[in-house]
Amino acid sequence: MLSEEIKSHPDVAAILAANPEYLVDGKIDRGETTLVVPAEHIVAVAQLLKSKQEYVRLSTVTGVDWAPAEPRFEVVYHLHSLSRNVRLRVKCRLPGANAEIDSLTGVWRSANWYERETFDLFGVRFRNHPDLTRIMMPEDWQGYPLRKDYPVTGTRV
Amino acid sequence: MATREIIDDTLVVEGESDPDLVRPKRMTLNMGPQHPSTHGVLRLQLELDGETITWAKPDIGYLHTGIEKEFEAKTYHQGVTLTDRIDYLAPLSNNLCFALAVEKLMQIEIPEHAQWARVMLAELTRLNSHLVWLGTHAIDIGAMSVFLYCFREREEILRIFEMCSGQRMMTSYIRPGGLALALPRGWQNRVKKFIDVFPSRIDEYEDLLTNNKIWIGRTKGVGYISVEDMLDLGITGPMLRAAGVDYDARKQFPYSSYEKFDFKVPTRKENDVYARYLCRLEEMRQSARIIKQVVAGIPPGRHQADVPNMTLPDREKMKTQMEALIYHFKIVTEGYRVPAGEVYQVIESPRGEVGYYIVSDGTAKPYRCHVRGPSFGNLQAVPKLIEGTLIADVIAAIGSMDFVLGDCDR
Repeated sequence: MLSEEIKSHPDVAAILAANPEYLVDGKIDRGETTLVVPAEHIVAVAQLLKSKQEYVRLSTVTGVDWAPAEPRFEVVYHLHSLSRNVRLRVKCRLPGANAEIDSLTGVWRSANWYERETFDLFGVRFRNHPDLTRIMMPEDWQGYPLRKDYPVTGTRV
Repeated sequence: MATREIIDDTLVVEGESDPDLVRPKRMTLNMGPQHPSTHGVLRLQLELDGETITWAKPDIGYLHTGIEKEFEAKTYHQGVTLTDRIDYLAPLSNNLCFALAVEKLMQIEIPEHAQWARVMLAELTRLNSHLVWLGTHAIDIGAMSVFLYCFREREEILRIFEMCSGQRMMTSYIRPGGLALALPRGWQNRVKKFIDVFPSRIDEYEDLLTNNKIWIGRTKGVGYISVEDMLDLGITGPMLRAAGVDYDARKQFPYSSYEKFDFKVPTRKENDVYARYLCRLEEMRQSARIIKQVVAGIPPGRHQADVPNMTLPDREKMKTQMEALIYHFKIVTEGYRVPAGEVYQVIESPRGEVGYYIVSDGTAKPYRCHVRGPSFGNLQAVPKLIEGTLIADVIAAIGSMDFVLGDCDR
């Protein structure tokens, strides 16, 4: 359920006006706005935020692993609007079994490397990504280092 | 006489039956990861048509050390040391961003004295980083002597860091809750002596380069990339400002009392390597202005917030007061708990936008700490920057980005 405080946020109003199903949750905490979008709608919401709400910059994309909780993964997008001078955090929750989400490279080209990094370190797959390969780890690396079940220390077998 | 012509992608020498002389027209060239002029382990795959680059692909990750994973295994107190090691030219900027993020999570205010000291240190870091950039960038393009002058001034900055923290580079001086130690006795004189001379030293660099014909020839009109591409590809910092976008987190999202200082954000319109050079030089002058304001008007006060369970107590108190000793023991052995929540703190580092995304689950260790390094965002634009240009311009173009591979790979 969305609180009254979050409903009065201009970005939230714009998203809800387009389609009420685009938002499942949202909060304003420590002066920062976080919106939770269903994974299947992320491209539509991103396009709307870029064209209507002037979020021209995608600052970063990353993931959070909440294992053993379900949905296990969160993909976190940080947006920045130069003209409105505001920032926004958009999140999608993904299941642990088959973590897949549409790529945002068609909306912001900067998503390319950030999504590759998230894929490399969390194993989240981005559909329609032009070059979804490992970026930090060697190409033949097994496992996804930033997952919580991946040990911090140890030798490569 | 055999005639040579190019059919499709193959160079054909007519009347020549030797298959070795039939070669593809395009050549693939591997630049790095140990190329001496790339400053770090960046590998560039280039496809050349003659001397023109038709395709480029940067390959990164050679310096990936899993810093984000390591954050999760260390307490917030220990994590400060990791932030030093992300960007070896701007350790204090990373210290500052991490400290601000943790303070935002804990919702504590730190004394003005410490905030102003942080501003001074962050600006000295900017000078330090820009000096190394200028020196190495000039060497790349063939101006050897600038490097020596830049490192002369940089040495003085490193000595100031050493005076404050005991370390020249891995300072860990800005910590959540304030500074590690109070500013040392006599810091004002030391900084003032340096900063009074520094603007004339910038004039010296300008004498060597700004009207130098070779410098202008190598940098003017080189490395153009449109503003739309820059924003779309995630470029920040002086590169963006040299294209006319006046985005600077110090002005747009003021932190650590930057709003109280009088300084300008220099921008240029030309959007080439030369404009980025002029932009960074002007930034150095503005940083010097800020540092002067700090030295002249720093408010008196403590170097740490009054949060005894988070900031390490003074040495003297530890020897005489039981509570101080207990707090010290607890901070060092278990760390301090940070309330659950998440923040994304952004600051303006010498290279552009640094962002720390910290997720806390209420324990003494970050649940997740993501670092948005400016070099990562900037390097993504390398293909756009150099495709279609000459190979001789690659070094000038990527040098103007001022990236640090440690910051990119983390």
